[in-house]
Amino acid sequence: MAKRIDVSGLTAYYSAHKAIEDISMTVEPRSVTAFIGPSGCGKSTFLRTLNRMHEVTPGGRVEGKVLLDDEDLYGHGIDPVSVRREVGMVFQRPNPFPTMSIFDNVAAGLRLNGSYKKTELQDVVEKSLKGANLWNEVKDRLNKPGSGLSGGQQQRLCIARAIAVEPNVLLMDEPCSALDPISTLAIEDLIGELKERFTIVIVTHNMQQAARVSDRTAFFNLSAVGQPGKLIEIDDTERIFSNPSVQATEDYISGRFG
Amino acid sequence: MSNAVIKRPSTLQGARLPKWSPYAIAAGSAAVAIGVGLAAGLDSRIQWGLIAAILFVGGSYVIAARVEGTRQAKDRLATSLVWVAFLLAVIPLVSLVWVTVARGVKVLDVYFLTHSMGVVADTEPGGGIYAAILGSLEQVGLATLIGAPIGVLTAIYLVEYGRGNLSRAITFFVDVMTGIPSIVAGLFILSLMLMLDLEPFGFAGSLALAILMMPVVVRSTEEMLKLVPNELREASLALGIPKWRTILKVVLPTSIGGITTGIMLAIARIAGETAPVLLLVWGNPFINSNPFEGAQASLPLYIYQQYANSAGSGAAYDRAWAASLTLIAFVMILNLGARGIARWKAPKTGR
Repeated sequence: MAKRIDVSGLTAYYSAHKAIEDISMTVEPRSVTAFIGPSGCGKSTFLRTLNRMHEVTPGGRVEGKVLLDDEDLYGHGIDPVSVRREVGMVFQRPNPFPTMSIFDNVAAGLRLNGSYKKTELQDVVEKSLKGANLWNEVKDRLNKPGSGLSGGQQQRLCIARAIAVEPNVLLMDEPCSALDPISTLAIEDLIGELKERFTIVIVTHNMQQAARVSDRTAFFNLSAVGQPGKLIEIDDTERIFSNPSVQATEDYISGRFG
Repeated sequence: MSNAVIKRPSTLQGARLPKWSPYAIAAGSAAVAIGVGLAAGLDSRIQWGLIAAILFVGGSYVIAARVEGTRQAKDRLATSLVWVAFLLAVIPLVSLVWVTVARGVKVLDVYFLTHSMGVVADTEPGGGIYAAILGSLEQVGLATLIGAPIGVLTAIYLVEYGRGNLSRAITFFVDVMTGIPSIVAGLFILSLMLMLDLEPFGFAGSLALAILMMPVVVRSTEEMLKLVPNELREASLALGIPKWRTILKVVLPTSIGGITTGIMLAIARIAGETAPVLLLVWGNPFINSNPFEGAQASLPLYIYQQYANSAGSGAAYDRAWAASLTLIAFVMILNLGARGIARWKAPKTGR
């Protein structure tokens, strides 16, 4: 299921403002790739270009290529809706649909895409909730509203919702930044399990987290405020955190700036 | 440990007026105001009330300033001002409802609701408002069928799709439409009616009412849609759900309570419009259930006509009050219905 992402020469704009410039990298399937870097360096923007969510922002536009296996996501005639079915996303703040029950939240992706069989739905929801380590906590209250869960549970609900549509890639935009350490641990464990099935890209401000969960780490930086963010380097996580090849990476990781 | 704990004066605790002091001050100022009013021979109760209000506001400030200090006194001043403002707002409302109920119940009975004027002369007792209720329901219903969908769809366009000049122009014209006096909307349809050489009929009134209703619906729906967090839209889009389904299944359900309330308020607004109905529907003492042909009655128009044609007859006044009460009850039921729907459909937060 998991697919490789190949980015080459990607530049993204907000209207006239260039947010990230000329980014090229490869994200390996069945691995966790972490994006680190100071605020405003374009990590989230870059992440959102990977499933064409960037263009949802008014004025957002993209140049360059993003290959999912061999298909260019920005190629002619590509439907962003189909792209997003292949590349799922989990957001910084848990955002379950407030009008839906826990069950409906997980089923939302299938139901609203219209392609499901009633009998399958029950199984998919159970499987997804188990996949997100939430099943045991919510199996007796599937018909209760999703917004009644705690923050950490809500975030796992959002992960269950994202994996219910069986995407090939899962993008996570600081999924733990609003959570306490215990919920964070639960989600980190979950990421470890999910990488068996999905390609995972995670943006994080927490460098220990990047070191804990990721196989490869990409460091982004910007030369000055208002300048576009750039990819400084991407390498195996172990190397980035022990012996990075660029001085700026070492400075950032060791806390000398940022 | 010794039991004799020496109590040191607390720096955090100051003198406080007792809990009942605002009521006492209110009662006191009312008493003083009545005294002053009687002594000075002021015959207007409004003057009494104003004296009481000023005494209450001033009194609570002065007393609090002496006992509690100036900061708390300012707090009490603000609180008492809010209370006075609240009472000022409520008094007209209560008196309006009171007078309408008191005068309206006189002839309001099942007979009145289920019969029409027919051949009963306006100066005689008897007759009823069945035709008017029927006409109002049909005209307002048709106006809602036209105005509410157009209004909601316009708002969806403005919030979800609209960018650039077109949406700016629409917003501008909606603002302009909000300010259209109802008589002008009536005249607009009347001019069409004259051009097409048509006789007055109910649906013409509906069209004018729809014009009045649309901007209200657009405005309120727009505000409600803007309240839906963008994160929900993004969450839905990121699941690979197309934009139109996102709007239909995520955005609208989240805001449906507010949208319904807005529509109900718009209906309440047009249900009381007299001017366009007067121009376009004319009124009819007989039952005409076909809104597309012939003059119809309507509640606000009935009230006006009973008053205008009464020739000083008490019977007509009674009927006008009873019809007013019916109209208020109609609007109230709509509002309660809207509240109910809003609560029923509101995003659920229970655990």
